Amino acid sequence: MTPLQVELPDGVVREVVTAPAAVLSEPCLPVDPADPDVVRLAADLLATMDVSPGCVGLAANQVGVPWRVFCLDVSAHPKTRTCHGRFVMVNPQILQASRNEKAREGCMSVPDFTGDVKRASRLVVTGQLPGTGEHVTLTTDAFEARAVQHEVDHLDGLLFIDRVVSAAAIHKRKVYLD
Amino acid sequence: MALMAITVLGHDRPGIIADVTATLAQRDANVEDSSMTLLRGHFAWTLIVGTDASVDQVAADLAFLASDDLVVSVLPVTDEQQEPDGPGSSFVISVHGADRVGIVAAITGAIASYGGNVTDLQTRLGGGLYVVVAEVDFAEPMDAEVLTTRLRAVGQTVGVDVAVQPADQDVL
Repeated sequence: MTPLQVELPDGVVREVVTAPAAVLSEPCLPVDPADPDVVRLAADLLATMDVSPGCVGLAANQVGVPWRVFCLDVSAHPKTRTCHGRFVMVNPQILQASRNEKAREGCMSVPDFTGDVKRASRLVVTGQLPGTGEHVTLTTDAFEARAVQHEVDHLDGLLFIDRVVSAAAIHKRKVYLD
Repeated sequence: MALMAITVLGHDRPGIIADVTATLAQRDANVEDSSMTLLRGHFAWTLIVGTDASVDQVAADLAFLASDDLVVSVLPVTDEQQEPDGPGSSFVISVHGADRVGIVAAITGAIASYGGNVTDLQTRLGGGLYVVVAEVDFAEPMDAEVLTTRLRAVGQTVGVDVAVQPADQDVL
């Protein structure tokens, strides 16, 4: 398995935009993974994810940039089985998706709601690494598969709200005090 | 801007929601949260609406629905602030069994006695089968197995099966 972790500059935390921002509802554009602006964006996505409590992934348009780039790190989540660590993927494309499972998900860009969404629990996704542009294909499952699909949906201009399983499947998000 | 609760109940037909919302929009009244379903074929809708109009004005605007076999009520309500949900836990509780009087009372009575608050509820009767699905919040942490054991015991007294699932939400 190719390691997905690449050398990136220190990132800057960017502001996370929330719905109804137009940038969340439009498909993002493919980009050159070697472009220095893309490398900087990759680093900034990781930096922004790192300072956001409970955040396991972030798509570029969630920080207002309409490019096909997302970051992910589900390593601390209890529902994770296969885990590829903390990584950024550029121009991702889902090749195979199977075994749908329903779960309730929320999103930093939709802070007041959660929704019941069916997602494949087995997934093959391909894309490029920032900087090197190396093509990688990863096979994953369970929570990492769900998170990848959620991020790729963002890049396609879709929110979880667009995928809820029924009219009764949108819920008020619960905010727990520690 | 004041809030009012509107309920619309009665004989179902296509276009009720379109008619009510068009009337409210004309009054510059904003539909906030609302929930509609069919209950044994009856149209049943509850809305919270923000408006500068008076309750009497809105009620008069919607009076045309009476000729349609629909009962409308308009009541003033206060703006309920949502409290943080505390360190507690949430569950989806499913109940099913042969229909009889007292199932909902038995199950929700037990839930309330443990401090649980029902935040969403559907009860359905189909053939002889009675089904209840409830979302329940506990302000304090509650163990899923303990809750299951307790509710199953209560369920036995009214002849129903009870299943408890944690209502996890994963922020992505």
